[in-house]
Amino acid sequence: MTTQTAEATQSAYNFAYLDEQTKRMIRRAILKGLAVPGYQVPFASREMPMPYGWGTGGVQVSAATLTPEDCFKVIDQGADDTTNAVSIRKFFERTAQVETTTHTAEATVIQTRHRIPEEPLREDQVLVYQVPIPEPLRFLEPSEVETRKMHALEEYGLMHVKLYEDIARHGAISTAYAYPVKVEGRYVMDPSPIPKFDNPKLEMAAIQLFGAGREQRIYALPPYTQVVSLDFEDHPFDPSKAEHPCDLCGAEDSYLDEVITDDAGSRMFVCSDTDYCLARRDAGHEGAQGARG
Amino acid sequence: MSGKVFAEFSQDFSKNLGGTPQPLLQVEGLSKFYGARRGCADVSFDLWPGEVMGIVGESGSGKTTLLNCLAGHLAPDTGRVLFDTRANGMQDTVTMSEPERRMLGRTDWAFVHQHASDGLRMNVSAGGNVGERLMAVGARNYGDIRERAIDWLGRVEIAAERIDDRPTAFSGGMRQRLQIARNLVTGPRLVFMDEPTGGLDVSVQARLLDLLRGLVREMGLSAIIVTHDLAVVRLLADRLMVMKDGQVVETGLTDQVLDDPQHGYTQLLVSSVLQV
Repeated sequence: MTTQTAEATQSAYNFAYLDEQTKRMIRRAILKGLAVPGYQVPFASREMPMPYGWGTGGVQVSAATLTPEDCFKVIDQGADDTTNAVSIRKFFERTAQVETTTHTAEATVIQTRHRIPEEPLREDQVLVYQVPIPEPLRFLEPSEVETRKMHALEEYGLMHVKLYEDIARHGAISTAYAYPVKVEGRYVMDPSPIPKFDNPKLEMAAIQLFGAGREQRIYALPPYTQVVSLDFEDHPFDPSKAEHPCDLCGAEDSYLDEVITDDAGSRMFVCSDTDYCLARRDAGHEGAQGARG
Repeated sequence: MSGKVFAEFSQDFSKNLGGTPQPLLQVEGLSKFYGARRGCADVSFDLWPGEVMGIVGESGSGKTTLLNCLAGHLAPDTGRVLFDTRANGMQDTVTMSEPERRMLGRTDWAFVHQHASDGLRMNVSAGGNVGERLMAVGARNYGDIRERAIDWLGRVEIAAERIDDRPTAFSGGMRQRLQIARNLVTGPRLVFMDEPTGGLDVSVQARLLDLLRGLVREMGLSAIIVTHDLAVVRLLADRLMVMKDGQVVETGLTDQVLDDPQHGYTQLLVSSVLQV
């Protein structure tokens, strides 16, 4: 592409793809979400140039949040280099010309799918989640009218029925991701499909915004909001992870992916947060199979 | 046993003496219209603690409409439904706020549907079904919830080993009994039943009726039973209300109404039953 056509493309789009009216509408929903933590605010989700399920909600929230001075990072299951992350990063490089990075500490806006970065976030950062199904009660109560009423009246007994079923069937709460939480003692919220290992990190310094494009809902957690994972007295919440250190960087405190390496059942465990793993290896840490070539 | 008999006696006694004569439920001039058509019109009655009232009538006579109005599932057009709440005494359930009414619905009230699948969560285990109301009112100890679920399954004659099975794996009679357990686990004071034995074969019906009669007496429940089956009310109900075309045509003690029906429709109803 020549410089001229590249400029023509850029000027054809408004900053960050969405038009200003749409961004205002989304910002109003975000502000309402921040004012009522955990409450699902309906918004007029737009058609985006990607299929539903690929992060249309997150992309719209990011588009409404980004300013030209921002530095943008996208992760997909913790990784910066997967298809989803690369294409969303490119999308905003092209339509917003914002600086992008893979380093958690450098980013001001981080869009994520299914993970919270290992490195603690700061007050000047915004974490944007892609949410497939925002309604935590959906699989128990199919009626939207009824679930809204349940939220309004704080009737959350049903959520514990789900956890009860887990224990009755598997002997422990087997919900491992999208583990329901209660926000500030009021709304029960689906934290998007992050592993339950990440649940304790939901109480953080950064602003957290959740966007569900297909379901047309935005919700939010202001900094330092109280977020409690639901559990039973005799079956307390357990943010478990694989009992293993990372095979590349040796970290014992990070969430791990299990990678099958051949047909004979060999496997290795690696940090799901690629930036965290890389930074540790750069700092000289090394795991069991971590020889860098 | 003798203590309970005495309690019942003294309850009746104080009722007769006028000690604290407070009905549990007072219905005044209740009407519900579907457009120009009449669901039920101008129904009034009192239900006393520990009393079981039967509502009989043919299909379309407004029995179920009336029951749904009483239980808060439908909003009546006119009239009042006063319930003796534990906290605030007599309250009009028609005008009370929705959270309060729904709270009553999962604590002091119980509703047994004709089709168990309407009253059960079919994709949740039997234990979860029974435990739901407990969890809805704040129970957060898995062991306790399970223990009470097993206790209640036992009371409705479902084997404890079926606790983790889903209702889809239960027979019709078992489902109905499970629905009853699920409703009674929070110790309600008033039970609404809509054709509780409908669609069950006669031997299963008999067993269910036996069970219901035992539970009603044992827990001192008040109940309103809507049915078209006169045998059900004969067995369970103290008092009877006969409805036709949305209106109450006859009321009285069950035996009195069934053995000496006054209104023409009641006479027809009683004589329609085949005497085996």
